[in-house]
Amino acid sequence: MKKTDSNYSRRSFLKVSSLSGGGMMLGISWFARAKPVESLGELNIEPVWQEVTSFIKIASDNSIKIFSPNPEFGQNVMTSLPMLIAEELDVDWKQVEVEQGNYDNKAFPRQFTGGSQGVRTAWKPLRTVGAAARQMILTAASQAWNLPVSELTTANGMVTHAFSGKSESYGTFAAAAAKLPIPKDIVLKGNQSFRLIGTPQKNVVAPKIAQGKPLFGMDYREAGMLIAMTERPPAFGMRLKSFDATAAKKMPGIVDIFPIKVFNDDHKFAGFDTRSFNEVIAVVGKSTWDVMNARKKIKAVWEVALERKEMGVNNRETTVPSGLESTTKHYAQMLEMSKKPGVIERKDGDPEKAFAEAKHVIERTYTAPFLAHNIMEPTNTFAHYVGDKVRFVAPIQIPDWIMPSIVARLGIPKENISIELVRMGGGFGRRAYGHYMIEAALISKQANAPVKLIYSREDDVSAGIYRPSYQLTYRAAFDENKKLIAFHAKGGGVPESPLHANRFPAGAIDNYLAESFVIPSNITIGAFRAPRSNFNAAAEQSFLDEISEYMGKDPIAFRLELLQRAKDNPVGKTNDYDASRYMGVLELVRDKSGWGKPENAGKKRGVSAYFCHNSYAAQVIDLQVKGDQVTVDQVTTALDCGVVVNPEGAKNMAEGAAIDGIGNALFGQLTLTDGRTDQRNFDTYRMIRHNEAPKKIDVHFVKNEIDPTGLGEPPFPPIFAAVANALYKATGKRFYQQPFQPQLKS
Amino acid sequence: MIKKYSLRINKKVHQVEADEKMPLLWVLRDILGMEGTKYGCGVGSCGACTVHLNGDAVRSCQLPISALAGMEITTIEGLSAKGDHPVQKAWVDVDVAQCGYCQSGQIMSAAALLKNTPNPTEEDIENFMTGNICRCGTYTRIKKAIQQAATKS
Repeated sequence: MKKTDSNYSRRSFLKVSSLSGGGMMLGISWFARAKPVESLGELNIEPVWQEVTSFIKIASDNSIKIFSPNPEFGQNVMTSLPMLIAEELDVDWKQVEVEQGNYDNKAFPRQFTGGSQGVRTAWKPLRTVGAAARQMILTAASQAWNLPVSELTTANGMVTHAFSGKSESYGTFAAAAAKLPIPKDIVLKGNQSFRLIGTPQKNVVAPKIAQGKPLFGMDYREAGMLIAMTERPPAFGMRLKSFDATAAKKMPGIVDIFPIKVFNDDHKFAGFDTRSFNEVIAVVGKSTWDVMNARKKIKAVWEVALERKEMGVNNRETTVPSGLESTTKHYAQMLEMSKKPGVIERKDGDPEKAFAEAKHVIERTYTAPFLAHNIMEPTNTFAHYVGDKVRFVAPIQIPDWIMPSIVARLGIPKENISIELVRMGGGFGRRAYGHYMIEAALISKQANAPVKLIYSREDDVSAGIYRPSYQLTYRAAFDENKKLIAFHAKGGGVPESPLHANRFPAGAIDNYLAESFVIPSNITIGAFRAPRSNFNAAAEQSFLDEISEYMGKDPIAFRLELLQRAKDNPVGKTNDYDASRYMGVLELVRDKSGWGKPENAGKKRGVSAYFCHNSYAAQVIDLQVKGDQVTVDQVTTALDCGVVVNPEGAKNMAEGAAIDGIGNALFGQLTLTDGRTDQRNFDTYRMIRHNEAPKKIDVHFVKNEIDPTGLGEPPFPPIFAAVANALYKATGKRFYQQPFQPQLKS
Repeated sequence: MIKKYSLRINKKVHQVEADEKMPLLWVLRDILGMEGTKYGCGVGSCGACTVHLNGDAVRSCQLPISALAGMEITTIEGLSAKGDHPVQKAWVDVDVAQCGYCQSGQIMSAAALLKNTPNPTEEDIENFMTGNICRCGTYTRIKKAIQQAATKS
């Protein structure tokens, strides 16, 4: 297959209006709204597929270029989304060259990476783009040959008339097709007719990655470009008071040093405007090394910040407390809150009565620390501010969400802002927060030069937008026959609650209560691969394991029993999950792992399953513990994410999710002492490494005809509890506090 | 202190003026424009900046330019002319990469491993590759790609 083009040709493409030699650039536009997908679930993003343009370019030599609209951070949408177009266009995948589309609302209506929504929301719209183009080519061929469309067929980028034996490439008709109106009735293939969707295809960018090509924002460079870094308070809860940069400015290669204010004081904060510190000191110089050295010479005075109010876009005021916070205090605060009544999120039946009458109650409390994203490519952005225009080359997950804030801060219209989207060296939620683009633009403006802002690893770890620290307390009530009669979840965190009150086991238990609490904090938090779910699954699925043991039931059989109840006779009106699909992954993982088979009796195994982002995942892990060393022999994953577009990429995602989850469950933690993060780089922040990865990972997909649901996030949350449950089998000890590995004795 | 250095990188000699303490990583990226060698941590803990020094895998963020006289440096750009080193081919064939940022460092480590240990055991691979972090979690595919490259080279 042909590979993607470099950044440079990407930019030049937008200036090309027609191809030499007569080609076709499909500017497909229609104002009839493409059929919207069903409720978008967790993120509530309104699909905006009213018009679709510029996804396909066909040259007269029949080479085909497909633009991938969504920002790429390793989820491999640069392969899977163009596959959707190519399927309906009916071209040979080997003909296709893929390019990253730049930020352009008119050309690409939904450029969004987050919430495991990419393939799900593109499923019909992008296939429609391909199908419309195919119909236009058929019409052009019919006119050229003076034959009815009904007698023509397509395959592999060729139009064929079987009766006469005529066959010509799409390229032959591309110029004529481009002049045709967009067809009104566009027919999509039935799933049974797919030739490409469902076949394993390799990452289209893989050859460039393997050669270390400059694909990332960190690699962007152009003539006259300066490097910038920012110096910020050493601890959360502090702010800049004053600084002296006299010595630093004299350092070699330094161009300028000045303070910047990320947002104005009256800024209305949108949901993804989070930034750790509002006032930072920018250091601009000729090379990264020069700038790193000069930073050390800045004499800055920091002071404890006062309590402040931040106004949200809906005039909702948030109070950011003053103080230097510590992890030990956070845990003490959460424990204290768990003993007080919380905000009732859901109540079924009469849980108070059931608990009062119970013969036995099991209560357990689970906690998890903050987690840093640790994107391998540290935060960065190129910006060039000239006149009243700014040009970005930015690794950003959701450009639409930061755009209004860039407009507000810079005071220039949206039309004056361009963003070239580059491959991201990881995201996991971190690059949904685009404050660094504003920082880069302000620095470029002040320095009057093109600037690449980069964060050091220490900046990235110590001034992050973390996965919150959470706590969940569960109580289960049993009658004299050890029957589960009531369930109570109380969840909270710093500074948000992890609770999903309408998820399993809600719907499966007559008497159910869910309560939440929050502890305000000045530590900045945000989305992290499967937000909230990544902790809920860990806690809930560990607790279900423990109560199934008390009840003398097999952990999978017990879950299936609860789900059967939720399926046959659900409690309550709003249950977020589909019990049948949930059962499906549990049954698949049971069968594929040989759960309960005599040959596996000696294995230290744990199971876990979870629903999030519209998909269902179940995992079985086999591990061994020697001293404080954990060896993971095997992970078996069962996943129901509907139709799988690219099984190769999907397997890679699910394998990675398991490894990432095992690493965070065993080792991951960001702790704070007096507002300062105790971990600042990979020498202190413990990441999973090669020798700790599972020896084997099997991934199995439930085969069905359901339109694709989420994939990037769903296989991440359950593995945490599978690890905890297997550790119990290996050590005889239950694990309630993440990370688990430090609790093992060497 | 700024000094003149002569570096032998990918079989070519480059004349560079730089601070004597500047790590090879930044010489490659900022001065020579060879950006296949990635910045990950700057403290030798992640392996994203791995290059070969006289054939051995080293972390270029820990190597000051002043220590490189007479050394043969190989970066990912010099591993093969067309991306056809057995390790690179295996990486594509096994579809290793997710985000891809750490992979040039992983590939450079793997190539050094196979040069000295043409038929590594699983344990050899795990131990040698432990210094290279991948947040996306592609470790099992990396191991498979190294095993594949070992049988084909």
